[in-house]
Amino acid sequence: MELLVASSVGVLTAGGVYLILRLRAFPVILGLALLSYAVNIFLFSTGRLLVNAPPVLNKYGDAVNTDPLPQALVLTAIVISFGMTAVLVMIALGAFLEADHDKIDMTDEPEAEAMGEERGA
Amino acid sequence: MTNGGGLLPIIALLPFLGALIPGIMIRAGRNACAAFTAVPTIVALAMLATMTPQVMAGEVLTAQITWLPQLGLSASFFLDGLGLMFAFMILGVGLLITLYARFYLSGEDPMGQFYTYLLLFQGAMLGIVISDNILLLLIFWELTSLSSFLLIGYWKHLPEGRQGARMALAVTGSGGLAMIAGMLILGNIAGSYNLTDILQQGDAIRASDWYLPALILILLGAFTKSAQFPFHFWLPHAMAAPTPVSAYLHSATMVKAGVFLMARMWPVLAGTDAWFYIVSITGLVTMVLGALIALFKDDLKALLAFSTVSHLGLLTMLLGFGTEKAAIAAVFHIINHLTFKAALFMTAGIVDHETHTRDIKRLGGLAKFMPITALIGTVAALSMAGIPLFNGFLSKELMLEEAAHTAWYDNHWVVPALATLGALLSVAYSLRFIFHVFAGPARDDYPAKPHDPPFGMYAAPALLCVLVVLIGVMPALATPVVKMAANAVTGTELSFYLKIWHGVTPALIMSIIAVVGGAILLGLHRPLERVWNAAPRPEAKAIFDALMAAAVGLSTRVTEGLHNGAISRYLAIFVAATVAMTWVAFSGGTLSPSTREFLPVAPVAAIGWVLLMAATVLVVFNHRNRFRALVLIGIIGLMISGGFVYLSAPDLALTQISVETVTIMLLLLALHFLPKTTPSESSAGLRLRDGAIAIAAGVGVAALSMAFLMRDFDTISEYHLANSYEGGGGTNVVNVILVDFRGYDTFGEIIVLGIAGLTIFALMEALLNGPASRRLRNTDYSQDRSRDRHPLMMVVATRAMLPIAVMVGVYIFLRGHNQPGGGFVAGLVISIALLMQYMASGFGWTQTRQRFEYHSMIGWGVLVAGITGAAAWLGGAPFLTSIYGYIKLPWIEKFGLGSAFMFDLGVFLTVLGAVMLMLYSLSRIARYAGETVNIEPMDYDPSLKPELKKPEEG
Repeated sequence: MELLVASSVGVLTAGGVYLILRLRAFPVILGLALLSYAVNIFLFSTGRLLVNAPPVLNKYGDAVNTDPLPQALVLTAIVISFGMTAVLVMIALGAFLEADHDKIDMTDEPEAEAMGEERGA
Repeated sequence: MTNGGGLLPIIALLPFLGALIPGIMIRAGRNACAAFTAVPTIVALAMLATMTPQVMAGEVLTAQITWLPQLGLSASFFLDGLGLMFAFMILGVGLLITLYARFYLSGEDPMGQFYTYLLLFQGAMLGIVISDNILLLLIFWELTSLSSFLLIGYWKHLPEGRQGARMALAVTGSGGLAMIAGMLILGNIAGSYNLTDILQQGDAIRASDWYLPALILILLGAFTKSAQFPFHFWLPHAMAAPTPVSAYLHSATMVKAGVFLMARMWPVLAGTDAWFYIVSITGLVTMVLGALIALFKDDLKALLAFSTVSHLGLLTMLLGFGTEKAAIAAVFHIINHLTFKAALFMTAGIVDHETHTRDIKRLGGLAKFMPITALIGTVAALSMAGIPLFNGFLSKELMLEEAAHTAWYDNHWVVPALATLGALLSVAYSLRFIFHVFAGPARDDYPAKPHDPPFGMYAAPALLCVLVVLIGVMPALATPVVKMAANAVTGTELSFYLKIWHGVTPALIMSIIAVVGGAILLGLHRPLERVWNAAPRPEAKAIFDALMAAAVGLSTRVTEGLHNGAISRYLAIFVAATVAMTWVAFSGGTLSPSTREFLPVAPVAAIGWVLLMAATVLVVFNHRNRFRALVLIGIIGLMISGGFVYLSAPDLALTQISVETVTIMLLLLALHFLPKTTPSESSAGLRLRDGAIAIAAGVGVAALSMAFLMRDFDTISEYHLANSYEGGGGTNVVNVILVDFRGYDTFGEIIVLGIAGLTIFALMEALLNGPASRRLRNTDYSQDRSRDRHPLMMVVATRAMLPIAVMVGVYIFLRGHNQPGGGFVAGLVISIALLMQYMASGFGWTQTRQRFEYHSMIGWGVLVAGITGAAAWLGGAPFLTSIYGYIKLPWIEKFGLGSAFMFDLGVFLTVLGAVMLMLYSLSRIARYAGETVNIEPMDYDPSLKPELKKPEEG
């Protein structure tokens, strides 16, 4: 089981890294989403794996419980990463609507200048 | 912690506080401005005077304000003889300069600014001489560089001023950086950053292996500041400053900071061969070279600047000799040089001010028109030449005497000969100052008609000249001051008397040679000048500019190579560097053996894994088709949720699956306005490179994860499990951690989420008011729309599901403390329920039925959570301390209720508000894009009669 989890983290990371190195905003957002998955699973896995041992105490206090702390941290991380993705999507959308392309690199100087003039007009 | 030095921090602070005043007082007029500038200086002088008797008696006064004693950081000050002498020089000359500048600056110059800069500089300089902590000293050291930059560049409209200021800052600033390193080494060797401790450990420091690097680095700082060869070139260029600045910074104070530092460190660093040769050779070369150049400068201030360079070389050489007598001579010459050089600079300023030129070739015969100025200039220049009965003679004699007894590598004539040459050149340029400016026939082609300035302008140099003569005639007057400072420099009790006549000594003979030779040299000035001008010389400014251009070019290439505006390149560098560093760290350490067994793989888990892997790989290969990639992302999220269920994390599973839903909806909404495909832009090579980086990162992370998974280690989790029920009143430990143990974190996180929601809303508002809204209105999205946008089945189903979904949300929320669930999940579930209404019946229809604003929901959520936390204060407990109890209501089973419940309610409201605000903002774009607002809940409502529907369709 550990191998499955570790390999999932690895593959998600690799996919995420490959996608964030693309030149358009949308694949980068997808890449960040994959990276978020990878990071969340990685953090979760630092609590080690147990099956059928949720961190919920039972009446008799004899249940086996997995490590609750990484779970609590990952829970908020999942929600925050949603917020982050949403902000990124909005920025990407804004950039696309203003520039009419969703390239993320700013190496094209003449185009940037032309944009500035257009905005100033 | 003070030892009689309680006033020292106040003295150091006074000029900085005072610097605020001139800017305000300039409104009250120039006289008021100058007067108020003098106040902090006078107060500081008075305070210093109260401490003088103790210091003269040989006491060392200290004051310490501790800040971070563990790091050796404390604001500690001390005052000994050397510091006192310098402090008096800085404040005294500062006062004279304030007076002089009042008359020197013209009506167009912003005087308030000038005095502010001047006081800033004065404070920084004062800080250097009374700092005990060397780190504090370094701060003041850098402050002098910065404030002198402002002063040199005071005339912003002159390009020379700006260039000179930049050059001074670059040279002294980089020297300061070297000195920081040197001082840190020194502090490390001594084990303390306090000078008073360091000064006790001279032997240990000189014996250390790190002595030479520390020495060289500290000397770099001192040499650049004190304009020693080969860093001397910045000082003449700094002469573009107004003359009061030159008189203050470049004769009396800033350039002496390097000399001060060498004197300060003398007991620790001096006494070795390295010190002797580096410092004395540099000093002697600087002295001769500076004097030689000075002789051929036609600009009055340039002449004085190079003469200053020469005299600083003299001081450096004396300190380099490392003998006690040389130290006495150095201290004495510091005082003498201050008096005559400041007076000379002010004289040059007066000449410039009255004749509108500083060019010696256009001057001469001024004694007839400005007799007082001529007298002041002559007295000061004779002192600089080292003529008897003026103070310059006394210290020059001491210097020559020391030089006569100094040998370099057993060579006994080099030092005396060169020292005599320096003195000879010094006589020549001093006499030139007198004869080519004041003496000679009167001319009728001065740019302006010369006359003596008002009393206020010549008062300051005149006072200095009185000192020149007084000390020159009665050196006994200066003896106690010199003794006090020299004792502090050498760290021993010295006994000596300063006097004019020492008998016929080698020094006297050398002095006579210098005066006679100097006079002859001046007579030959005209032919010599022709030779000088014909001789090729390296131009320091050209070399400096070329060096600067090269440095700028290099850093531009490096920066633009790494950061060329392509974020994909930064990210590639970042990931590759992280992987490389991790590899370095990994290969340098050892990995403990694994302590855990593998868990068996259940078939269901294997299926999930295969799906996850396949989906991830497919996303990568299908990412150009954006819609397909999104669907695949959904599969990944679903598999991960399943994984959480299987691996005992029900809370995570609930959160993941609901977040997944809203994320996909959000991305779908966004994709509506974005291109549906990604063009293929990167070359095969680039893709291969990115793939290699990605695989390296993936393998690394997988290995790291594996290492974690197979090992047992102690964590603080046991504490949470043990105390969840007794302390937090809940059995779902994850939820108890969120709302209780780590409630502060959660509080911060909901605030972040709320801010993210508001950011998106604000971004959208800005976007829709900009050019983007025009583009949106002009783009035709109608082809993308479904014919049946609000299908009957979906409308009916979501309506029926809404109460059920809300019920589920409430249930999840209520049971959260004891069973999987809680505020985060409940907020997400209810937002999904609401989103379904938006999807089914459209934006307009749903919006009219919305009873509350999402912004305020975020605000209420944070407020409820915050108030719940703050309520603990009422009970005298820290923020977010939770309380709980059990309540029994009729008809319902006994249940627990705690403050955590209210906190979780805050979390719930914030999550719901933020998620809804984000999606609401996106849907607003749709309306700008020409989406019609539908009034009806569905496109075709069978309950309405067809004839009623018809007019609307038309």
